[in-house]
Amino acid sequence: MLVFSEGERAGDVIKPEDLKAGGPPVRAWPKDPKTSVVRMGSRLNEVLVVKLDPAELDEETRSRAAGGVVAYSAICVHTGCPITAWVKAAGGDKDVFKCVCHNSEYDPRQSAQVIFGPAPRRLPALPLAAGDGPLTVAATFIGKVGAQQAR
Amino acid sequence: MALKQWLLAGLLASTCLVTIAAAGPIENYSPVTADRLKNPEPGNWMHYRRTYDGQGYSPLDQINTSNVKNLVPVWTFSTGVVEGHEAPPIINNGVMFVATPAGQVIALNAKTGDEYWRYKRQLPEDLFQLHPTNRGVGLWQDKVYLATTDDHVVALEAKTGKVVWDTKVQDYKKGQYLTLMPLIVDGKVIVGGSGGEFGVRGYVVAFDADTGKELWRTFTIPGAGEPGSETWQGEDWKTGGGSAWMTGNYDPDTKTVYWGTGNAAPWPGDIHPGDNLYTSSVLALDPDSGKMKTYFQYHQNDSWDWDEVDAPMLVDLQKDGRTIKSLIHPGRNAIFWVLERKPDSIKYVAGWPFVHTDVWKGIEPESGKPIVDPAHKPVIGKRVEFCPSLWGGKDWPSASYSQKTGLVYVPANENFCGGFTGEKVPLVAGQLWLGTKPEDIGLTPRPGATHFGELQAWDPATGKKAWSHNFPKSQLFGSVTATAGDLVLVGGTNDRMFRAFHAKTGELLWEQKTNSGIMAMPIAYEVDGTQYIAVQSGWGIDAQRIQDALAGKVDGFENNVPQGGVVWVFAVKK
Repeated sequence: MLVFSEGERAGDVIKPEDLKAGGPPVRAWPKDPKTSVVRMGSRLNEVLVVKLDPAELDEETRSRAAGGVVAYSAICVHTGCPITAWVKAAGGDKDVFKCVCHNSEYDPRQSAQVIFGPAPRRLPALPLAAGDGPLTVAATFIGKVGAQQAR
Repeated sequence: MALKQWLLAGLLASTCLVTIAAAGPIENYSPVTADRLKNPEPGNWMHYRRTYDGQGYSPLDQINTSNVKNLVPVWTFSTGVVEGHEAPPIINNGVMFVATPAGQVIALNAKTGDEYWRYKRQLPEDLFQLHPTNRGVGLWQDKVYLATTDDHVVALEAKTGKVVWDTKVQDYKKGQYLTLMPLIVDGKVIVGGSGGEFGVRGYVVAFDADTGKELWRTFTIPGAGEPGSETWQGEDWKTGGGSAWMTGNYDPDTKTVYWGTGNAAPWPGDIHPGDNLYTSSVLALDPDSGKMKTYFQYHQNDSWDWDEVDAPMLVDLQKDGRTIKSLIHPGRNAIFWVLERKPDSIKYVAGWPFVHTDVWKGIEPESGKPIVDPAHKPVIGKRVEFCPSLWGGKDWPSASYSQKTGLVYVPANENFCGGFTGEKVPLVAGQLWLGTKPEDIGLTPRPGATHFGELQAWDPATGKKAWSHNFPKSQLFGSVTATAGDLVLVGGTNDRMFRAFHAKTGELLWEQKTNSGIMAMPIAYEVDGTQYIAVQSGWGIDAQRIQDALAGKVDGFENNVPQGGVVWVFAVKK
């Protein structure tokens, strides 16, 4: 399950109807439904959840979405800043994720691929299970969470 | 040969290759002493700005105005990392130490470019790097000192790169980090903390160079009841900023370290009423005790993110028939400062705007306090515009002073204005705390602007501009170095050029396109009788931010500057 990580409802389980269609995204922690432990020990666990028009999603993204709801790591893969902005893309009309540290932009409709800035790769996606009720996580992150290191 | 033997032989062969490629350890390494740091040999570059006075001046003149046109690359070296490469290569008798983003130190043969060893800091996975850079390593005896973005100071054995000690300074999870080159004074490793965007309280701290033990720590913001605390209200001082993220300079005659401090936090001044000592100031510190001898505050109640962390240059200035022991600082706040350093005070001598500003109406002649126009001072709940932008007239990249020409060379940015809407937001440890929405920060070209970057040459004694070179399609974001060959060396532009100008006339004498843009400080050094010029090319951080902010606003403004670091070394073709 996913719970709000900030705001008045911090700690509450997120349901699809809690999300506004077209964004902005909400920030969330994963919560283990069996033990009720909220996995907030590391900032690397934080995710962005956003509800989009399913018709706008590419096939790969749709396969990981619950309806139009998609989830990604909230940690920019450039230098590890939290992604905090939901703004018009530098080169387009649609709102996208933006990391304000170094201006990397990711399009959540296309597997969070990099559309602007220095980030070297996509944000890791967190697959969600389709179904009624609270959002549930279907699998582990696709890709490595966090920034690159010196090679 | 059996398969196993064959594999073993192959393994040995490849091991040999690795050993050849990395030729270390270094033999005949010259220990760095207090005397050598006080009077560095002309061919070496052992301080951030080569000498304790911070002038950024090399006495080498083999490469000069007449032969610089024949300057060619001798060797290059890929650092393997992206982002802003800001460190000068540090040179000690034929050995070069290069610091890069991601906490690498690479020891190279300064003549051949062969690698001796490489240290790679293993940074924590959850580290969040707003300024993922490093500005160089300090030297003392047989060790090399690195300040890291996960907020440690590390001592390495100069010959091998092995870790000798590793001291935690503060907690990176709370937004504390280090990017500067340590200042080494008589066996002390002195650093200052970054983190002005995270609600920290700035400090300068000294460690024993042999053991890594902390010797003293001086906060840049006084605690309750301490002198200067009356310039703060309530608990504001605890999170008031004043980070100290650039290397200080040093006067060995009076044993005084001069250290610049950063902006008050968060940005809008009405969130932290008062003068806010000692933010946006220069502090005079005793290196033995850390005790503050005196200070000068460049502007009060900072509201513009105008750090004044680039330490002032120490120059013996001939002015009005006398020699002034001066401090010279072209400020981020757009004022070119000339101050006089005395044992118990720092006196205002002169100040003038070196780029267009609408923030200051003048300077009080006695106190040296600039007089603010409230219409251009950011506050909560209202969008306020101001010139120059929050990157200021000159950000952290260093100016230089030529002892031959008596001129100060400034990497200035003209015709940039900016603005933001102040907003009161709660501080969350380890998260950005600006007092505005980051996406709200504006950068706007001034109407009618003919250029942006401007390399300026000023006579600090008269306040007259001797010459300037304008860049119509680029910012200028790189440190400047002057040499006795009457050369002024600088990168800093988005066309990836590295340039040499005539120090007296400003004539462009030579340029070379490099792999990326150059933010780092150029240096000059000598090995076996040959003079070299070196610089790291690797664009990123604020040079990139300015560029992103201007994309689409200025016709022809280059937005594609590839990243990736390379060390370049040049010499005159024989």
